Amino acid sequence: MKITVKEDACVGSGQCALVAESLFDQDDSGIVVLLNANPDASQESAAQKAASLCPARAIIVN
Amino acid sequence: MKSSERVVVVGASIAGLTAAESLRLEGFEGEIILIGDEAHLPYSRPPLSKQLLMGLWEPDQTRIKSKQELVDLGIQFRGSNPALDLNLDSKVVLTASGVEKFDALIIATGAKARQLGGQGVQTLRNLEDSISLREKLSTAKTLAVIGAGVLGSEIASAGRALGSEVFLVGKAEHISFGSVGSSLSQRVEDLHTANGVDLRLSSDVLDIQVGHDGASLLLDSGEVIYADLAVAAVGAIPCTEWLAKSGLDISDGVVCDSIGAAAPAVYAIGDVAAWKDPETGFARRVEHQTNAIEQAMSVAGTIVNNRESIAPVPFFWSDIHGLSIKAYGWFDGQPLNELTSISPSGSMLGSETGGRTRGVVSWDAPFKEFRAGRSIVDESRNLSNPKP
Repeated sequence: MKITVKEDACVGSGQCALVAESLFDQDDSGIVVLLNANPDASQESAAQKAASLCPARAIIVN
Repeated sequence: MKSSERVVVVGASIAGLTAAESLRLEGFEGEIILIGDEAHLPYSRPPLSKQLLMGLWEPDQTRIKSKQELVDLGIQFRGSNPALDLNLDSKVVLTASGVEKFDALIIATGAKARQLGGQGVQTLRNLEDSISLREKLSTAKTLAVIGAGVLGSEIASAGRALGSEVFLVGKAEHISFGSVGSSLSQRVEDLHTANGVDLRLSSDVLDIQVGHDGASLLLDSGEVIYADLAVAAVGAIPCTEWLAKSGLDISDGVVCDSIGAAAPAVYAIGDVAAWKDPETGFARRVEHQTNAIEQAMSVAGTIVNNRESIAPVPFFWSDIHGLSIKAYGWFDGQPLNELTSISPSGSMLGSETGGRTRGVVSWDAPFKEFRAGRSIVDESRNLSNPKP
């Protein structure tokens, strides 16, 4: 699994950091910070959930 | 749900797509059919009035899923295929390309732009609208936006950023800002004025003439505004025509209970759906991206694992004249007060109902302050909706 984030799409809603705090954080302006681009399979569903919840669809998991 | 069963999702924008994805996340192994009336693969709409309109993005950047990604998820996507009718007894949706049988149905047909008296005035709802508006904006010296809400404000802001002279015309006395309503009006109006937008509020448009070289608007004050381009942003109408004979309650969108059920095994989500607010008992539609997403996830949980979740908290954001405005929660028409305890900058505002803060607005506040405000709403909500 590989995670990528589109900072230019991020609106800082913070949904990702709420549902997958080991994978995502937010910088001082709220923009997504990817903590782990290649997590193990046990984190896949959390990553998928964060991607679906993102209102700006700024997280891609594949 | 058994793996032999079949879920049909009608509507392939953010609500429908998220529902289809979430069915898989919940472990559903049966067939998922995703039906859309547009030819495009699912794309994201908020950038249509923001990044795309400003020329910062190309249309491709709004795409959410590629064809292959949908195939990988086992989602059968059928675009250019509007739904035409629903038969609840036989559990069948009639579409332009044929009949789809379902065990569970998710209605996510969204809403369409309200037209201004059928006079061919440009609106903004889908990708083509945004592309054509952006092209016209690049040459328009004068822009007239009719409709003083969030969308009208964003279009006016884009017009100013691209160098146009901008009129923003609204029927109401004040700008109404999404679910926050009129309590944010003064700030939004001041912001527009400071950025050179000519406001014409309390102004009814009596007549619009659109020609090749521009448009003229006759206001009820007698003033005539001449503009190279006129855009109407006067609200949206839920897309329920195809449900007219279904027997569902479509009095204002598809009326649902508090978990999104409109009938047994039939759910509605997103802009088209009016879920009952457990707090007030009233069903209402919420036209926000995050609401669509969370309703989609909630309904997928209900369908696959019979796991009910309480109605999501509405969240929306807007970018106007370089400021980021975020709203989280419910506002119920209450005035906004500065939340000085969490916001030294004075840019977090809160709305109180029954002695509790049920909604907060970030007026370009530092992110830490917004996060603190969101926690206040969550805490106040948990008091009234204890989780089982």
